[in-house]
Amino acid sequence: MFRRHGDRYVAIFAVDEARVLRKVASEVVGLLTDGFDHGDPVVGRLFPAVYPEDAANTAEFRRYTEGDLKTAKIDQAGAILAALPDGEAGGEVRLDAEAAEAWLRALNDARLAMGVRLEIKDGMDLGEELDDAVAEDPTSSRVFQLSVYAYLGYLQESLLNALID
Amino acid sequence: MGGMAAPQVAPVETPDTEEVPAYDRPWVTIVWDDPVNLMTYVTWVFQKLFGYSREKAEQLMLDVHHKGKAVVSSGARERMEHDASQLHAYGLWATVERS
Repeated sequence: MFRRHGDRYVAIFAVDEARVLRKVASEVVGLLTDGFDHGDPVVGRLFPAVYPEDAANTAEFRRYTEGDLKTAKIDQAGAILAALPDGEAGGEVRLDAEAAEAWLRALNDARLAMGVRLEIKDGMDLGEELDDAVAEDPTSSRVFQLSVYAYLGYLQESLLNALID
Repeated sequence: MGGMAAPQVAPVETPDTEEVPAYDRPWVTIVWDDPVNLMTYVTWVFQKLFGYSREKAEQLMLDVHHKGKAVVSSGARERMEHDASQLHAYGLWATVERS
């Protein structure tokens, strides 16, 4: 979890944590590059229709803004990949304020993407959801994905608290 | 975003064309409730993007959370589209409509 040291935001990541972060950040990049598809509900959530009742004006808005928004989202996911220890290792991550904000946005994008896939609903108790998934099948992908989703939330909150502090 | 630099010379007396009358500003940016975004994060984004005080940002966040949506800015249409695209960059679910 992140803590502030002077003007830097510092966290130590275990090997598994660094691996998970690399994976989710790479998946976001993949979603925004080769896998970009407006029909994908995750893309729909990351690039919402600005005029929900007006397809023509939404398309016009996208024509002018979507390229920049996509680039920004790829760059912020890239900020996670760039700051993580090289290779398969864990270790320390030190962020300046700009990188910390990029991480916040990128962690949020990753949580949004996972939230759509996991069908996270308002008022859902993540702990209960995880217990149910474990009871059903402790080795399921849903158990793993829910744990990652919860972890990203804690990480994002710790970074935000360190920034606001 | 650029900062607001102080003018280097005294402005010439001209009619103020920047100020758009209220009846000409029928557009609003709306942020919708979302089960994923953290409340603290949404508050922070409102402060960051709009320069709102913590109190105002928190109130807006609570409006979004409890009422399902809130108007976060109003003004000319182009301005609202700009706000919405900024909010999308932060992952908030924003739309634009006539007020």
